[in-house]
Amino acid sequence: MTVAGIPLIEVNNLKKYFNVGRGAVLKAVDNVSLHIMEGETLGLVGESGCGKTTMGRTIIRLYEPTSGQVLFEGKNVHKLDGQQLREFNRKAQMIFQDPYASLNPRMTVGDIIGEGIDIHGIYKNKERTDRIYELLGVVGLNKEHANRFPHEFSGGQRQRIGIARALAVEPKFIVCDEPISALDVSIQAQVINLLMELQQKLKLTYLFIAHDLSMVKYVSDRIAVMYLGVVVELATSEDLHNRPLHPYTQALLSAIPVPDPETERKKKRILLEGDVPSPINPPEGCRFAKRCRYAKPVCTEQQPEFKEVEKNHFVACHLY
Amino acid sequence: MERLLEVKDLEVSFRTYAGEIKAVRGVSFHVDRGETVAIVGESGCGKTVTVQTIMRLIPMPPGFIKNGSIIFDGKDIAKLSEKEMEHVRGSEMSMVFQDPMTSLNPTMRVGAQIAESLIKHQKMPPKQARERAIEMLKLVGIPNAEKRVDQYPHEFSGGMRQRAMIAIALACSPKLLIADEPTTALDVTIQAQILDLMRDLQKKLNTSIIIITHNLGVVANLAERVLVMYAGKIIERGSLDEIFYNPRHPYTWGLLMSVPTSELDKSKRLASIDGTPPDLFAPPVGCAFAARCEYAMKICYERYPEDFTVGDGHRVACWLMHPMAPEVKPPVGKGVTLS
Repeated sequence: MTVAGIPLIEVNNLKKYFNVGRGAVLKAVDNVSLHIMEGETLGLVGESGCGKTTMGRTIIRLYEPTSGQVLFEGKNVHKLDGQQLREFNRKAQMIFQDPYASLNPRMTVGDIIGEGIDIHGIYKNKERTDRIYELLGVVGLNKEHANRFPHEFSGGQRQRIGIARALAVEPKFIVCDEPISALDVSIQAQVINLLMELQQKLKLTYLFIAHDLSMVKYVSDRIAVMYLGVVVELATSEDLHNRPLHPYTQALLSAIPVPDPETERKKKRILLEGDVPSPINPPEGCRFAKRCRYAKPVCTEQQPEFKEVEKNHFVACHLY
Repeated sequence: MERLLEVKDLEVSFRTYAGEIKAVRGVSFHVDRGETVAIVGESGCGKTVTVQTIMRLIPMPPGFIKNGSIIFDGKDIAKLSEKEMEHVRGSEMSMVFQDPMTSLNPTMRVGAQIAESLIKHQKMPPKQARERAIEMLKLVGIPNAEKRVDQYPHEFSGGMRQRAMIAIALACSPKLLIADEPTTALDVTIQAQILDLMRDLQKKLNTSIIIITHNLGVVANLAERVLVMYAGKIIERGSLDEIFYNPRHPYTWGLLMSVPTSELDKSKRLASIDGTPPDLFAPPVGCAFAARCEYAMKICYERYPEDFTVGDGHRVACWLMHPMAPEVKPPVGKGVTLS
């Protein structure tokens, strides 16, 4: 499937460094460029500490970038102010990983969902209440739930509340940061189905951050693979699964245990040695070189360019 | 094969202010020597309580064993005193927990944590125990073991901590290793390393493993037999292939179908099990899954189904297996590959 249309979000040479003291710099996101098209789901995968959450947070201006820019509908997100900033804050929303920590335990569900409506002054009084009831219905809860507190709900229900809160301000773009990893398998399917339905109904654009590749493949149109702050491969989800080019993507795909005993017995795994190195003062050249089976001398010297090797298939690797 | 563990009619409850929670409601199963058994089910289905009862790790009170026996290597664990249990725990059976961050002692060197059980259970002199700790670290694939043995847990990465946990658990060569979600907190590439490690060690040491997980991929990778639990009971059991290729309980179908497979594309919905598990304060008299089951019949609400044997070692607690029940075709093609 090809992705046509206009980009809703353009990320150009984005860098986000953190000073961690004693002159050390943690390069969480290092020179990343990508586009997110209107109405698509871009999956962002990688192991913990690879910078995927920092990336999502910088895109919706929860962090200021060290350099580079993020364009939303053609405007630089980090330069917005006044009315335009309010507008952006309404249009870009986030769903968090931990449904237990991301809801204020002292607010009723109705107030949690209504907070954004109040801040942006979208509805008042009776209309506001009706909108909250409507949103609860949309995410599969009912209006009696509006007066209850978060602790009265299960993990799956809380994640639904988080989704309703994000939807309350009629956003265009939602960053879903590991929205299902804290949930049970059967509940994961419910939440994913809900997110996909809403996307169709409301023409939403998603940045879907996760480490569960099988689920990401199912929900995403295109997938970007991150390793140590760098996007190493970007392709449509079909291409990425059928013909992964980067050795890291290949290893990552082969590491997922498949719920099929026959395949598991036959499968040859590409085992990676060791752990992901620290993003503080990361290695020169290709960051994956140390763990890569195909590493050549050039890999440790020069950082590979991120280039299009096939149509819509980008990879940063000296092999291509 | 020789039986190592035989759990019979185990019932475990917790007394709380709101009443008695019946967490485990009559569970029977066995584990043979050198065998890997997986327990799967949603959170709150009683899988962790079951294995913690086997290790006698549930706090009593409020928890108590209401009924049943746990015969481990000829002894009834349920009847041992705490003192006797201390000799069993850590030396004959041991446990690997989900979160390697919180289950290691942050103030103790890793080597000392491995040596602790050797010194206590096998009365090994400290010097020799330290040597053995280094050997164990090498066995679980930690490079630089001579140096690592004197480090603290915070100097280890997540994957290495889980390896260290496994080293501690295996130090006394236990007969049974219980792994409660051992890879859930880890990244996929590290998870693959740990699964390989567990399989290797089992071959080398002939340890029996009970693994609890909700990741069906991990089950397919590691297990030989599978127990599916729901609301405190085992509702289906069988060999790995039987459960994945010939599942018979509607709940097992639901579990298998809620995982996306590579053939599934975006145009199709994932199958999900609607509703939530029942309240264990007052579990239903009939089948606990009936309220969420699309095939539920009148009898399902009235009487708990007996175990029907449908194949060699494959047993299902579902009224659909009764000769008088209508025939239901397992939902094919929705993510389950059925032979």
